[in-house]
Amino acid sequence: MKRLIEFFKQSEFLRDPGFAWMRDMEFLPHLLAYVVAFVVVFSIFGIYAMFTIWMERKVSAHMQSRVGPMRTGGWHGWAQSIADAVKLFFKEDIRPSATNMILWIAAPGLVFCAALAGFVALPITQGWVVNDLNLGVFYIVAITSIEVVGVIMAGWASNNKWSLLGAIRGGAQVVSYEIPAAMAVMVPVLMAGSFSLTKIVNAQQGAWFIWASPWLFLAAILYFLSSIAACKRAPFDMPEAESELVAGFHTEYSGLRFAFFFMEEYASVFIVSGIFACCFLGGWHLPFADLSFDSGFMVFVGALICIAKIMFMVFMQMWIRWTLPRLRVDQVMTVGYKYLTPFAFLAVVGAAIYEYAGWNWIPYVY
Amino acid sequence: MKPDTEQYIDVPTQEMLISMGPQHPATHGVLRLVIKADGEIITWADVDVGNLHRAEEKVGQSLKYPQFVPYTDRLDYLAGMNNNLGYCLSVEKLLDVEVPERATYIRTIVCELNRIASHLVAFGTYSLDLGAWTPLLYAFREREWILKLFEQICGARMTFNYIRIGGVAADLTPEWVADCRRFLDEQEKRWHEYNRILSGNQIFIKRTADVATVTGPDAIDFGWTGPCLRASGVDFDLRRDFPYLVYDKVDWDVCVGEGLKGTVGDCYDRYWVRMLEIIESVRIVRQCLDALPEGDIKAPKLKKVIKPPAGEAYVRTENPKGEVGYFVVSDGSNIPYRVRIRAPSFNNLSIIPKVLPGLMVADVVAFIGSLDIVLGEVDR
Repeated sequence: MKRLIEFFKQSEFLRDPGFAWMRDMEFLPHLLAYVVAFVVVFSIFGIYAMFTIWMERKVSAHMQSRVGPMRTGGWHGWAQSIADAVKLFFKEDIRPSATNMILWIAAPGLVFCAALAGFVALPITQGWVVNDLNLGVFYIVAITSIEVVGVIMAGWASNNKWSLLGAIRGGAQVVSYEIPAAMAVMVPVLMAGSFSLTKIVNAQQGAWFIWASPWLFLAAILYFLSSIAACKRAPFDMPEAESELVAGFHTEYSGLRFAFFFMEEYASVFIVSGIFACCFLGGWHLPFADLSFDSGFMVFVGALICIAKIMFMVFMQMWIRWTLPRLRVDQVMTVGYKYLTPFAFLAVVGAAIYEYAGWNWIPYVY
Repeated sequence: MKPDTEQYIDVPTQEMLISMGPQHPATHGVLRLVIKADGEIITWADVDVGNLHRAEEKVGQSLKYPQFVPYTDRLDYLAGMNNNLGYCLSVEKLLDVEVPERATYIRTIVCELNRIASHLVAFGTYSLDLGAWTPLLYAFREREWILKLFEQICGARMTFNYIRIGGVAADLTPEWVADCRRFLDEQEKRWHEYNRILSGNQIFIKRTADVATVTGPDAIDFGWTGPCLRASGVDFDLRRDFPYLVYDKVDWDVCVGEGLKGTVGDCYDRYWVRMLEIIESVRIVRQCLDALPEGDIKAPKLKKVIKPPAGEAYVRTENPKGEVGYFVVSDGSNIPYRVRIRAPSFNNLSIIPKVLPGLMVADVVAFIGSLDIVLGEVDR
């Protein structure tokens, strides 16, 4: 070991001026900052995922005349998700022998990173955003659609026919539903004149976009439907379809690797609900009260309002999941390409005409 | 000369040979389907049974007559009462024994209650197969009530051993009858709840209507019986055409598929016939409870050691899944010479290689679910 360090110190490439930063160890604070930021985001996200999983279990239970988890932790089984997480964490890491190991191990990470990266541009309240990109919506739609690559990787590398079928379905479905989702999001972008989610939200001060014109209402419905499909949630849960494809693309995954897929699902649910809340439901603005977000307290109130809206949209997704049967794979494609996509284009064109003619109920902000 | 692009159209793609089951969530047990799929479209299918073989018929010829009754519960474990009944009726036919009227009425009541329970499971698991979880729990809520009723009269929830040779094991109390009436009222109300959540759902209709249509002649050729046969438009029900128990004394209708949302004999019809039969069973049970006579619940002259005279008897009864036949041969001893069981689920499965090619993988689940098979009965 000592010899190795000596060798490292004396080796040629460190004397190169280009590597001065490495020699001076100046990158350490940056690295530390990244690690701290990741830990903070990851733990907030982990708490959210655990809460949502618990919520989904309670919501589904009460819809099905059950009570759901009641024992763990005492009050209404609040610690059930923690217990599940601990159990998943300590499970044996089972790796099937005939898989393509590199792809198989990389897939959950890729899927999870894609979902986590979407949080960067999602504002929770005035100023509470990691980086208010001026292409925010575009960035989120683009980065979260990378997860389909992970899905295909997982299905292909598992060397399991059900996984492969699930991956093929997932690839076809997620890619085709990105189109109507992106087009539907274009409508509020047209109204606000910016891709930045903060600007879109602030354009809705006093009145939400969902009521601004019939085209925006149409776009909201289209975005909601296609976002369910993009999250692979029921009734569009083709890639997982537990009664048809066993567990779809993650059949061969267990323990922590499965947990990553599971958390990714809830992360995408949060992101699409966040986009919906910011683009159509006015983010941290209330419909009739003209709040000003200049004090720290009001900013915090805004965060609560926005999170309440996001959780309402999450609840809507759960409601639909626990009510409707699953579509067949060709029907999913039919819905996407024959109905949602043309209507999304129609909504964009209609909104543009309304915007130009000044028929919208919200005045142009610029 | 062909354009360059056309040479890629006929690229041969490999068909995928998929083994669906025996550990698959939608095959209702340990059924194994072997499927060749071109992408999502099935080109060839076969069915592989026998994973749950328990040599029931061999057991039947090794045990004394009354000892085999508990084994019949395990055939179609969702309708244990109906299986008990078929075997007991055929042994009684050998013995030529008269069953008291009260016992006959009680048998009708429990069999029809069990039919409701079985159809509720069919309804619930069918919705689960199609991806909707909630109706399953609704169905199990009502089934739980039926199982509690059964628990009160025989102590068991699934393997009843309640119908015995010559009668039934225990009498009904007035409290039981009152509870049963409450259940029937509630079941009729909640039946509409099922229709609101599933039967009228557009996604459900799209998934089932015009899917895996089986015509009447096909259904007869493949030996289909029960709700599946009636859904294909064949008006045949053993309870009406060859009445046993008290089915000729009560007023009820045979439900036949009419192509409500698509063509006659599609998955929706099979589902809908079962839903209608729940209501018909409620009608039958209610009339039987009204007409329940007083008297013995067991044939008084029956000896403890059952030794039928040499001969053979075949009795067929209408089970929730279809026609169940018990062929019992006696050589004069207290052990049957042969017990042969005709199970409806086995015959209903036989059409799979004919129906499945051309459907999609998701339709396999819809079709198997609409057959409502129980593997305990298929493999025996």
